[in-house]
Amino acid sequence: MEPQLPTVEMRSAGDGAGVVCLRGDWSLRGGIPSVDTLAGRIDSDSLRRLTVDADSLGHWDTSLLLFLDHLEDACRKRGTQLDRSGLPDGVRRLEALAEAVPERAGARAAASRVSILARIGNLALKAYRDNHEMLDFVGQVAVALGRWVTGRARYRRSDLLLFMQQAGADALPIVTLISFLVGLILAFVGAIQLKQFGASIYVADMVGIGMVREMGAMMTGIVMAGRTGAAYAAQLGSMKVNQEIDSLSTMGISPMEFLVLPRLIALTAMMPLLCLYSDFIGILGGATVGIGMLHLSPTTYIIHTEWAVTLKSMFGGLFKATVYGALVALAGCLRGMQSGNSSSAVGDATTAAVVTSIVAIISACGVFAVTFYVLGL
Amino acid sequence: MSLVSDLGHSRGQAATGTTFAVAGGREVHIRVRNLTMAYGDFVLMRDLDFTVQRGEIFVIMGGSGCGKSTLLRHLIGLNEPAAGEIWYGDENFTKAAPATRELMLRRFGVLYQSGGLWSSMTLAENIGLPLGEFTDLTPAQIREVATLKLSLVGLKGFEDYYPSQISGGMQKRAGLARAMALDPEVLFFDEPSAGLDPVSSCLLDELILELRASLGSTIVIVTHELASIFAIADNCIYLDTETRTMGALGNPHELLKSCTNPGVRRFLTRGREGAEGVREGETAHG
Ligand SMILES: Nc1ncnc2c1ncn2[C@@H]1O[C@H](COP(=O)(O)OP(=O)(O)OP(=O)(O)O)[C@@H](O)[C@H]1O
Ligand SMILES: [Mg+2]
Repeated sequence: MEPQLPTVEMRSAGDGAGVVCLRGDWSLRGGIPSVDTLAGRIDSDSLRRLTVDADSLGHWDTSLLLFLDHLEDACRKRGTQLDRSGLPDGVRRLEALAEAVPERAGARAAASRVSILARIGNLALKAYRDNHEMLDFVGQVAVALGRWVTGRARYRRSDLLLFMQQAGADALPIVTLISFLVGLILAFVGAIQLKQFGASIYVADMVGIGMVREMGAMMTGIVMAGRTGAAYAAQLGSMKVNQEIDSLSTMGISPMEFLVLPRLIALTAMMPLLCLYSDFIGILGGATVGIGMLHLSPTTYIIHTEWAVTLKSMFGGLFKATVYGALVALAGCLRGMQSGNSSSAVGDATTAAVVTSIVAIISACGVFAVTFYVLGL
Repeated sequence: MSLVSDLGHSRGQAATGTTFAVAGGREVHIRVRNLTMAYGDFVLMRDLDFTVQRGEIFVIMGGSGCGKSTLLRHLIGLNEPAAGEIWYGDENFTKAAPATRELMLRRFGVLYQSGGLWSSMTLAENIGLPLGEFTDLTPAQIREVATLKLSLVGLKGFEDYYPSQISGGMQKRAGLARAMALDPEVLFFDEPSAGLDPVSSCLLDELILELRASLGSTIVIVTHELASIFAIADNCIYLDTETRTMGALGNPHELLKSCTNPGVRRFLTRGREGAEGVREGETAHG
């Protein structure tokens, strides 16, 4: 059977009465016919009573219910009576079902306009709350760390080892790539300047010091922020959505110890190792340029590097890396735990985690630069 | 009691064919042929063979973990059969080209066991999304449809809530409203009454009967709720975990009267009959 277009016709039955004739197949896909022309007829013929005739109505669905709703509105506005007895029983029963549960009072949130002042105030309050939460979180982590040091923390060793693998060995490829390129770029940038003085050999010193003191730690930190910090936020955020965090706390297992602690320890422990590796690969990248392009002899390059890179600056770099690792893990876990209850909230948490980590790394980097300078390190 | 009389009422309606869809009389809508379901090498059920008539309420029942949700996933094409075919009308769903299949999928409405609402959209947006994609309705009309659908499941006034802001049972009902958004030809409900109080659950049964009676939809339901199985099901299939195939097929009242499969008896009598039920049956025969 070919579906027929839904049509509405209006007949006058004389004496202020009218008949609305519904025909054809009514489907949402075909759209909802407008009641405007009907309303126009009611006005022009000043009809007082309307009867619905549905004898040649075919298939119908929600579109009919909505049309009738509109018709009834139009009639009510004009004080016209609508006689619906000609409608199929199903229409009446569906409408009855729709009315069966009354709207819960107060469920509908009043859409209110918020003035700009109120909005600024809300933002300020939110910023205050955020800081408060962050401090609260850091405090809880400190407590958990204390319990860990005294051997009372509840977490799974296997989790810790898994996180160490994920934040350590699994990160080597990307760290290799980035560090090699950073070493290469440092060497290139230096070579152009140093060549002018005929001091190309100092490329080795520059790359060595640059990688070991700053770039190794910072680049690893940023790679780990995008790689591992984001993953932590996404993991904890989706656990929050699935009420997994709630079920941990109701069992008396602190999510701080069980979820945050192993992640924090793993990343903090792996970062100096990754940084050391990154330093080495960066120097290798520099050597590629020095030996391959500037035609320095490998021995001179190695000797210069050895002479430039002191143990002191190397430990400074490793210390920084450790701090960056802790910051990235804290930022990832904090944003994950703060995540809302929807899939998009998990996405927001992940974004926030990466942004927070990078801001934290760069700020810490500045603080270190000043401190190391003042201390003469 | 009232439910049963309700059932009689809508059956009568279906028979007289006051509405279009049932008017064609008995017409096979879904045909499952020798379906074998497997996850990898693990065969869950084999040789499922049944048909669902147009406008029928068909219940899939069976113990927890026997593969009811999996059968539903096969029916809507989320899992591919290990063997066998699924037909809708005279179209082969299993062998259909992707484009045809997509068109067929638009005629389905599905409620997943865990709701499956899009958590970053309000309830009205959840219901409005398919309407916006597949109809020419204006945003205002879409909103009206959403309101109507939500009031059908008793959620009037919750249009602007996010799924995380409503309770589990309410999420289930909102999922139901979304499944009905396009007034689809076939509705698949996976445990629609799980997490509902008896009153809402009873209203839900009425709604299901009404959807069938007025819109003529074919409805396939997975449910454990005996009361609603007896109240609404025209036919049901019992998936037997032990034999890994269907244990029984037919009207639940008749199955209760005459089926001898012990698993089915245990299920339909809440475990009161079962092992002994078979023994009684044997002595009766002997
Ligand atoms: N993705 C999957 N991979 C492998 N096995 C699966 C998968 N999903 C489900 N199973 C297995 O298939 C079986 C049936 O699962 P299904 O979800 O269909 O059960 P069900 O009958 O709906 O149970 P319930 O009533 O508890 O919802 C289970 O034993 C489960 O272990
Ligand atoms: Mg299931």
